[in-house]
Amino acid sequence: MKRLETDVVIIGGGATGAGVFRDCCLRGMRTILVERNDIATGTTGRNHGLLHSGARYAVTDGHSATECIRENRTLKHIASHCIENTDGLFISLPEDGLEYQAKFINGCARAGIPTEILTPEQALRLEPVVNPSLIGAVRIPDGTIDPFRITSSNILDGREHGGTLLTDTRAVGLIIQQGQVAGIHCLDVRTGERYEIRAAQVINATGAWCHEIMEYADLSVDMYHSRGALLIMGHRMNGMVINRCRKPGDSDILVPGDTVSVIGTTSTHVGRNELENMEVTDEEVRVLLEEGCKLAPSMASTRILRAYCGVRPLVSTSSNGSDRTISRGLVAIDHADSDNLPGLITITGGKLMTYRLMAEVATDMAAKHLGISKACTTASVPLPGAQGDDRANSQSWSLPNTVSGSAVYRHGDRARNFIKEEDKNKQTDLDKQESSPRWRNAVVCECEVVTRGEILYAVDKLNARSLSDLRRRTRIGMGPCQGEMCACRTASLLAATRSDVVSPLKALHEFVDERWKGVRPVLWGDGLREAEFSYWVQEGLLGLGSLKSDQQNDQQNDQQNDSEALIANAVDACAADETLSGQQAEQRAEQGEVV
Amino acid sequence: MSLFAILKSTENKSGHSFDRSFDQCLKCTACASQCPVAAVRPDYPGPKQCGPDGERLRLKSSEFLDEALKYCTSCKRCEVACPSDVRISDIIATARSKYGNNSFKIREFMLSHTDLMGTLTRGSAPLVNKMTAIKPVRLVMDKALGIDRRRTFPAYAKTSFRRQYQNVAEQQAQFARQISYFHGCYVNYNDPELGMDLIRVLNAMNIGVRLLNKEKCCGVPLVANGFPDKARANARLNLANFEQAMADGSEGIISSSSSCALMLKDEYPHALGIDNSKVKSGINFITRFLANEFAAGNKPEMTPVNLKVAYHSPCHLIKAGGVLHTLNLLWEIPGLELQQLNSNCCGIAGTYGFKKENYETSQAIGSPLFRQIEESDADYVVTDCETCKMQVEMSTSKQVLHPLTLLRMALV
Repeated sequence: MKRLETDVVIIGGGATGAGVFRDCCLRGMRTILVERNDIATGTTGRNHGLLHSGARYAVTDGHSATECIRENRTLKHIASHCIENTDGLFISLPEDGLEYQAKFINGCARAGIPTEILTPEQALRLEPVVNPSLIGAVRIPDGTIDPFRITSSNILDGREHGGTLLTDTRAVGLIIQQGQVAGIHCLDVRTGERYEIRAAQVINATGAWCHEIMEYADLSVDMYHSRGALLIMGHRMNGMVINRCRKPGDSDILVPGDTVSVIGTTSTHVGRNELENMEVTDEEVRVLLEEGCKLAPSMASTRILRAYCGVRPLVSTSSNGSDRTISRGLVAIDHADSDNLPGLITITGGKLMTYRLMAEVATDMAAKHLGISKACTTASVPLPGAQGDDRANSQSWSLPNTVSGSAVYRHGDRARNFIKEEDKNKQTDLDKQESSPRWRNAVVCECEVVTRGEILYAVDKLNARSLSDLRRRTRIGMGPCQGEMCACRTASLLAATRSDVVSPLKALHEFVDERWKGVRPVLWGDGLREAEFSYWVQEGLLGLGSLKSDQQNDQQNDQQNDSEALIANAVDACAADETLSGQQAEQRAEQGEVV
Repeated sequence: MSLFAILKSTENKSGHSFDRSFDQCLKCTACASQCPVAAVRPDYPGPKQCGPDGERLRLKSSEFLDEALKYCTSCKRCEVACPSDVRISDIIATARSKYGNNSFKIREFMLSHTDLMGTLTRGSAPLVNKMTAIKPVRLVMDKALGIDRRRTFPAYAKTSFRRQYQNVAEQQAQFARQISYFHGCYVNYNDPELGMDLIRVLNAMNIGVRLLNKEKCCGVPLVANGFPDKARANARLNLANFEQAMADGSEGIISSSSSCALMLKDEYPHALGIDNSKVKSGINFITRFLANEFAAGNKPEMTPVNLKVAYHSPCHLIKAGGVLHTLNLLWEIPGLELQQLNSNCCGIAGTYGFKKENYETSQAIGSPLFRQIEESDADYVVTDCETCKMQVEMSTSKQVLHPLTLLRMALV
């Protein structure tokens, strides 16, 4: 069986895992990150994208508030291309009263969060979409953060510092030898290949799923899984983040993110077996809209693109807390200390805002065991993309502002790696391998202005292996048409140029199905018309349903169908007997033996 | 509250009133297939990307304003094509003034303030006409102002329509039926004869023509050139005069310009945010009014004209849904052989074609139309729009008539 050796292996490619990956790589550790799907597919990719100022927790959780405002400032510095300094409003409606506002301002002051009290008129001038019946507002330094981009940038930096990313790779067991974790058993979900990664430190950064990894070592953690649903509006309704100035509740934050606005969230406790059920219910949609309209009344007549939900990885410290009262603070467990099991570190709890801090804490633990004294630099060294201001530079590209602006908005200074400049003397890597570089600036996704070059760059440099992967890195298919036009264009581009790394038809089918899943809960009005039209184009005109799959289709399809069973077998085999050699386990798995 | 109740409840409570019709866009691209500019300018991304797609980006930041928006002619063929009722052309026009560089430009001011320019030429029209026709002056206008030197300028009339009207005002008052005429800048300053034709035709149908106490430019060139505030002020003045006219016993307001009529009747509310509901139903483009009168039996006596004409349908008349009325009217003229030209934009688009940077585009857009006109053996070209007339007369060998002029020629 194949065996890889490294210093640190990280399980989980969310923001936290990616942050740990970068931190480890920057400190010179040999690092591998395994992720069972793609980066940012769990909780990271399923939240508001709110760059908290900490104000939301100022009254209820001072510690988190302080953490948030510190990280808020750090991220604005290191990840400027993933962040917009929009500022936010905490509005008080007549039914809320102004009592909470006083507590709120005190809380913010304690946490060091600057506030500015506004009159309703001032608030309406700053943010015309806000409910005109408001009685007061406070301005705080909230912002927006793109969770996909921040994760991808961390990964990119880690890889550029020698790290290895393995997506579609599932950790199916821990290698435990002589009372010490010595690595992990992996399964390549695409090929069905199983192998092991030997590492001195295993960092469990699987967030809401961290109990699964801990169970491989018979450890347990009291996770409180809280599910939150959100709706994506068709356009950017608001320029500033809008919050309700009251105790945190359902659907009380409206966040402008890139070209859209996101309203959320709800909060429902879910059991461990429900973590993969990501269907948004009718009741959740109703609550989100009813409450959302109180923030911005025009929401009722605004098109809704899709609904989605994520699971918060909260760790209970008391037995009867509802999720709004459980701290959003990070939880870092060095199992060498807590469970006498050296070699395993678990980092969970926390939130997107504090991903970097979580990564620093976890990496410090690993560094201590590895005897590495190099200090953490992730709070001061900007991420790739934030290392120079290309906004001024992009003016010289003689491209439409929509094209150059979107490229720079998403990739910061890295945009110049895929934009085809007029200047003949400048040649990028992509220029050299392409026969017709001038087509690179051609727009493939018109809603979000994603060019051919950006797509190829994402495949070549950002490890995109499917249309959904591309969506997370470029925003293809995230606009109002939800991939109606660009899905097929992108698939054909990949078929023509990158069919060795991407299976275009399989990717197309997955993508269309995945888009449909999010549209279904909000199917009325313009969204319904769009869905009908998409069906008509993709099925009626292009016959998507009759295109079964790619060339080696049958083989791959079989693997796809079998992968669930394969994973189950592999996990069981590893869990059954840690002393079994990998080969024995493999044989047992192949025989389909269930222990 | 039920989901349905939520969706209904807050519909009109929104605190702001900008045009959100871009939200309805299905990305079907029907508009792009009909755009005359995109067909001749590969660097123009077309109405979908400039309009609804671009608006989503511009809401993010005004930095996403695409320079290419200036190539839009506001012909509104995209809006006619759109199955989702997206006000594409309005979105583009608004974006230019809302997000763009709004520094004062003398050329845009001169071209768009059609009534002011007309007033300034009063008494000096023959001189101005001679001046704008000579090469050195045109060269100076080209270099200094960016008004293309190849463009033929509309001649200014010696005596304005309003003044000429004074000669017939008395006899107009004798008719039992009275209608108010919004003559617009073009008839007043450039082509008073067309206004007189309108009076003759309506008089032959026993309808007297009144002028409004006061009228100003409808606003089309002002919106196109980035003067929305001026357009709004004009709209308010015009509507107040319309209301006054209706109160004074006028049957309605008619216009002989297809673009003015579209603006006055259909576009004031959403293009300028000005409510015209009190008088809207009374505003008509002349051919619609006449076609309805003809259908009701009020037809003047006519003799055969024995002419062959080729009819060009102006973009804004298509947008207003008025082409059929003009055709109905032309079909009533005895001895008229009517050829319908293909529906092609002529390319001038009001003040657009006068601008130096647009000249080539303007002529390229119009070229299929010019070719078809030259290939036809028509005696005249007929069209409802004054700038289409300028463009066709400049770009082809044929003379262009307004349907009203043709009708007047048929009167006994």
